[in-house]
Amino acid sequence: MKQDLLVHAVFIAYAVLMLITFGTVLTWVERKQAAVMSDRIGANRAYIRIPYTQIKLVWLGLFHGIADGIKMLVKEDFKPRTYDAVAYAVAPWVVFTPVLLVFGVVPFGGLLDPGRLFPALAEWFGGRTYSMQIAKLDAGLLMVFAFSGLTIIGSMLAGWASANKFSLLGGLRAGSQMISYELVMGLTVLGLILIFGTVDLDAMVRQQSGVTLGFLPAWGIVYQPFAAVLFLTAAIAENKRIPFDLPEAESELIAGYYTEYSAMKMGLFMFAEFIEIAIIGALFATLFLGGYNLPYMNDQGFSWPGGGTWALSHGVVVVTQVLVFLLKVLVLCSFQILIRWTLPRFRYDQVLAFAWKFLLPLALANLTLTAVLVWSHHTGSPG
Amino acid sequence: MTPYKRKTYWNAPQMTAWERAYLPEILRGLAITSGIFLRNMGRWLTGRKGALTTYYPEETRADYAPRNRGKHVLTQRPDGKPQCIACNLCATVCPAKVIEIEAGHDPADTAHPKFPLRFEIDYSRCVFCGLCVEACPEDAIRMAKEVPGLPAEDRHQMWLTLDEMLHWQPQRDVAKPYPATAASSTTDGDRSRP
Repeated sequence: MKQDLLVHAVFIAYAVLMLITFGTVLTWVERKQAAVMSDRIGANRAYIRIPYTQIKLVWLGLFHGIADGIKMLVKEDFKPRTYDAVAYAVAPWVVFTPVLLVFGVVPFGGLLDPGRLFPALAEWFGGRTYSMQIAKLDAGLLMVFAFSGLTIIGSMLAGWASANKFSLLGGLRAGSQMISYELVMGLTVLGLILIFGTVDLDAMVRQQSGVTLGFLPAWGIVYQPFAAVLFLTAAIAENKRIPFDLPEAESELIAGYYTEYSAMKMGLFMFAEFIEIAIIGALFATLFLGGYNLPYMNDQGFSWPGGGTWALSHGVVVVTQVLVFLLKVLVLCSFQILIRWTLPRFRYDQVLAFAWKFLLPLALANLTLTAVLVWSHHTGSPG
Repeated sequence: MTPYKRKTYWNAPQMTAWERAYLPEILRGLAITSGIFLRNMGRWLTGRKGALTTYYPEETRADYAPRNRGKHVLTQRPDGKPQCIACNLCATVCPAKVIEIEAGHDPADTAHPKFPLRFEIDYSRCVFCGLCVEACPEDAIRMAKEVPGLPAEDRHQMWLTLDEMLHWQPQRDVAKPYPATAASSTTDGDRSRP
């Protein structure tokens, strides 16, 4: 029992630390990537001076994130005279908390055997093994959707409780947009559930470590390339970033439901947005890109499609899996930032038409096709 | 009540089915931006700059025009005293009224008894028109082509003092050796800048 507690405390600390680091570093990545994409240099003026010297550490503008954080913390916390002060104060947390909770079921590594990793502790652990995720739930994917659905309430709460017309419009937009895309997201993932026959994310990743069609890694994107594109689109729309940032469309609504928020409450919204980029990356990697595994890799090592294997020690496998997961998430985050700085914003009727007239029929068609294929596969081959 | 009919515009975009399919055109856009990103990152990693931006003030452009009117310089006589005779012509002609001169009297120096105790220019307001240089009867003030150290944290730090103008880039007035001789005072045409 104590062992479980220790291991899970380590997992939770790792996950929280990872998400917060991602949230902070992504602000820098976003600035710099956008700058390099558009032939600029990017923010590079914030520095830390080593005390008693004139040595100024700039580090490519990495400290701008800290400067932002300090600014958010010491700014005046302006409160509008609203009829619902409680909802106003609670809304940022309702947005922020579910975003963190979603990561609870995402596996960030394979099977961990602490006894093999640290032989000195082998006796204490007594052969217990843990899959590297905070909560090993059979209903993993369902929990993801349950919690990501909660952020809608937060945005709408913020819009209603601000007592501001622009906020209200932003909240309404956020609500209708997120509910529409939530639907598309769920339908795209249903195809994967049909194929893998489970909603447990760890089991999904394990199934993706195999080989399909003789040589391709059995990744979700190979089975469901179409669903992968739809999922990513819907997920970016869920996150309300450009090209889907209609809820905060600053040229129309000032800042949408953020309008009346300032200081760290505003910071929480922004932080939640950046963490959600990482969460979307993690979910996409887990569902479609084989999660924490490299192609042809499993918990024992590599097994090549030709039939050969390359066994690796447990420590190497664990470290590789953790690093590969981080790398995949980082690349996917960078891809989302690329999309954000490339595409122009939709008009609001276009956003909803895109969801209901374009993505939803496609997702339904994809689901039908998958269902037919899975059904014919199962009836064709007994067992 | 007639049902709403969407207005049609003469310049409504005509899109082909390929363009209407969103994805190909989006991928084309992403290819353009990521191509620029990779090109600039390649330049960065090989030690070149991906952007044209000059990091002023750490960097200054090398292609400043040689006649660019930059920071002011006060010329010196061979003994290091300013050539300036505190006649206030520059302060008079200055359209921005940024030059402040306080004159001093030195009876020992019979050729130039009047000299500047203070000679200060407020660089937060200077328009770099160069009229002070033209007005000067003694060739005491010139403008170098560079403008180093112009940015400051507040406007009170942007006052250029006599000392700085004399010494940041010292220039001798070769046309007027001191003590003035009869020969040199007539050759006004040759004012080559060192």
